[in-house]
Amino acid sequence: MAAFDRLGATSAAPAASAAPSESGLSRRAWLQLSVAAGGGLLIGFGAPPQAEAAEPAAAAPKPLPQPGAFVQIRPDNTVEIRVNRLDFGQGALTALPMLLAEEMDLNWSQVRASLAPAGEAYKDPNFGIQMTGGSTAIAHSWPHYRQIGATARAVLVQAAAAQWGVPVSACRTEAGQVIAGARRASYASLAEAAARQPLPAEVTLKKAADFRLIGRPKGRLDAALTTRGEKVYGMDLRLPEQKTALLQRAPSFGGQVASLDATAALAIPGVLAVFETPTDRGGSGVAIVATGYWAAKQARDALKVSWKDGPAAGLSTAGLFARFEEEARAPKLTARAHDVSAARGAARTIQASFRFPYLAHTPMEPLNATFDLSELARGKATVWAGSQFQTVDQGAIAQTLGLKPENVTLNTMPAGGGFGRRAVPSSDYLREAAALAKAWLAQPGAKPGPVKVMWSREDDVQGGYYRPMHLHRVDIALDAQGRPLAWDHVIVGQSLVKGTPFEPVLVKDGIDHTMTEGVVENLYGLPMRLRVSHPELPIPVLWWRSVGHTHTAYVMETLADELAQAAGQDPVAWRLARWKAAPEPARLARHVEALQLAVKQSGYGQRKLPAGQAWGVAVHESFGSVVAYVVEVSLVEGRPRLHRVTAGVHANTVVNPLAARAQIEGGLVYGLAMIQPGVAITLKDGRVEQSQFSDYPPPRLSDVPPIDVHFVPSDAPPTGLGEPGTPPIAPAVANAVAALSGKRLRELPFARLA
Amino acid sequence: MPTTTLNLNGRPTPVQSDPSTPLLWVLRDELGLCGSKFGCGIAACGACTVHVDGQATRSCVLPIAAVGAQAVTTIEAVGEQGPAAAAGAAVRAAWIAHDVAQCGYCQSGQIMGATALLAANPQPSDAEIDAAMAGNVCRCGTYPRIRAAIHAAAKSLASSKKGA
Repeated sequence: MAAFDRLGATSAAPAASAAPSESGLSRRAWLQLSVAAGGGLLIGFGAPPQAEAAEPAAAAPKPLPQPGAFVQIRPDNTVEIRVNRLDFGQGALTALPMLLAEEMDLNWSQVRASLAPAGEAYKDPNFGIQMTGGSTAIAHSWPHYRQIGATARAVLVQAAAAQWGVPVSACRTEAGQVIAGARRASYASLAEAAARQPLPAEVTLKKAADFRLIGRPKGRLDAALTTRGEKVYGMDLRLPEQKTALLQRAPSFGGQVASLDATAALAIPGVLAVFETPTDRGGSGVAIVATGYWAAKQARDALKVSWKDGPAAGLSTAGLFARFEEEARAPKLTARAHDVSAARGAARTIQASFRFPYLAHTPMEPLNATFDLSELARGKATVWAGSQFQTVDQGAIAQTLGLKPENVTLNTMPAGGGFGRRAVPSSDYLREAAALAKAWLAQPGAKPGPVKVMWSREDDVQGGYYRPMHLHRVDIALDAQGRPLAWDHVIVGQSLVKGTPFEPVLVKDGIDHTMTEGVVENLYGLPMRLRVSHPELPIPVLWWRSVGHTHTAYVMETLADELAQAAGQDPVAWRLARWKAAPEPARLARHVEALQLAVKQSGYGQRKLPAGQAWGVAVHESFGSVVAYVVEVSLVEGRPRLHRVTAGVHANTVVNPLAARAQIEGGLVYGLAMIQPGVAITLKDGRVEQSQFSDYPPPRLSDVPPIDVHFVPSDAPPTGLGEPGTPPIAPAVANAVAALSGKRLRELPFARLA
Repeated sequence: MPTTTLNLNGRPTPVQSDPSTPLLWVLRDELGLCGSKFGCGIAACGACTVHVDGQATRSCVLPIAAVGAQAVTTIEAVGEQGPAAAAGAAVRAAWIAHDVAQCGYCQSGQIMGATALLAANPQPSDAEIDAAMAGNVCRCGTYPRIRAAIHAAAKSLASSKKGA
């Protein structure tokens, strides 16, 4: 969500600062020290005091005692660090504590970490909302978490200096201790005295040369729990008297229940209630509350419902592409103006039309949320969910339940993937779950215990909020040497953010930047006109890992390869030559370094591939980072087979190399799905035709080759890693396929080659 | 309610769920063993994999009536008891050493699949790993590390056998 980078700068939200380097400082005035119940130092931000959340039962993670707390030194000298993001695999639970522990001079073995609930204090200092997205967690926490760590260290040093009657300058810190000459004291022993120290006016952050944690590979803090099956996801929450609910949504988006016969469903043992409840986009559905999933699932299968069509009824993928083709002939909006009349002097032309389907996110853990409304009458609710948008979701839940946001406790549960699906501006699944949980309370025989609202995989694949389908049409005029004279580009696709609270920030002059990102910022110095059209359709759409770059990188990087070919040049040499004219030297240098690193490490141009294999190259910048892939590909039964990928990545400072490599590997595999046969969400008569991993098949182990990831060394503040690995893989493979077959694939997923 | 007795993680375990209930929901909803995950419900992703008499089995489509007296091992016990205990412990250790997991949700199933593979075939080739792990989906894309960790676990099992 690179476009989110603009939120901080332009949003009316109460962001502390637009620039990451200042954000920590501007919030320092609200830092608070206090003595924890049971001893120890608590450092938090002075959020409006909240009532203590009800103690959750056994399986739920135990929250830190003070809302707003970021760090707690415990009497045993372990230190709990609270992470204000969702961890859904990207490693924030480990990396953010590394930043704080670095400045606090902790021993890594002292560090414990937990996910913070929704709260004012935990808002992203740049965005003004609490969220995880846009590959920003480390970039935005880089000043924020280091400031907190440095402040904690400073008050501990002050406390020791006062106790020992020595100047602060005589003290140093190491491995969770303050040391002055022969004297040393653990942080725990100093914690209560430190809590009474005045906050330092300013703190100095370490220089890169002094880092002892940042830049060193650290395994995930929850790795051992995972291997024992003990990590508790939202899906695994078990509270006393908890019930399970499923929701049957209409077969077309926004459809409603016309009639319901629940007799057979209610006869299934364990089924407690069946009732109508509102669904997303003005629809209605049928809720089943039962003692467990299996009873609820059987009851849902036994429902007899007739439906009133929603507004998407009758739509089909073929019809939509026909409409997109028509809109592409007369696009209304100009994103980049350019006189393309030079096309009249063309020696040859390339006319390329690209098609991209709707895509579902399919995180491994289906969506779920658990609601405890036992205190609803007293104006309170407690919710557990793996949310990427905690304060947005907290507000939506509050609105649905008729409560004040601060009276909704939203606990962040570790999530089994997300890829964007848990960052929904409309809070679709949480609003539905809130309405369901409230309606359940009114059912005869209902008990006011917690209810877990679950999605099945079918719900996940068919429930909407897809990467939008897109059509790109590009007409390129070339001179006799293959140089572009004019580049006339049209993109047609639904806006991701129109009609959401993000519209004022991300849509300018009617153009949604999340659709043009990756085209408008390209460094190739192209004579480009870019026009767009945003058809308004009743299909719910959403960002999908790397957002607009999922399609724009494919178009730009396959066409770059084609232009290199037209000019009779090597695709690496062509790129390096085109970038030379780029007006932004810093971006240019990072592109060059990333590409050259991938080229060098892969042996491209130096090494001969086995017969039947070809190289493919693509490089793309997103979320502030540049990723270059050099791939080795053959064709097996008309389909590309990858033998090796070498990545060159420029993401500035790499905080945790182990997790950073994992993000590139994972982003790459996520992007590989786009070319995989069958990975497309299609509509027929308004209904989604796919429903499961069986007909929407993700990559398997055998699809994934060895991946070598190399980072360009840098001391500059970190840029994104969660998403930049995704965009360049599909075009790199397509370019290798073109080298092998002479065919330019312009429709995703790839069809089998004849 | 009918009672079925499962031979679960080395212990006779009586359960009340209807015999037609898939093992996954008996583990998760009745017994509170939530390490086996729900990913698809149709044996298409492998997140729910357990061992039934040593075989990697999708618990989401296996009614408890079909389990009978066969020994069921779940992620909670795989490195600690049963004939695959040594393989399970080696796999768990390799998973941590290679920092395999990202979100971790599929990893119980991946570990159960890898353990069953190594218990049956202590030195699998890449092709054998591909075949054995084909039913386990990971959306985070941890596949290269899964492969590396399986090879590492195989190596550590071989060297501990030599040492013994």
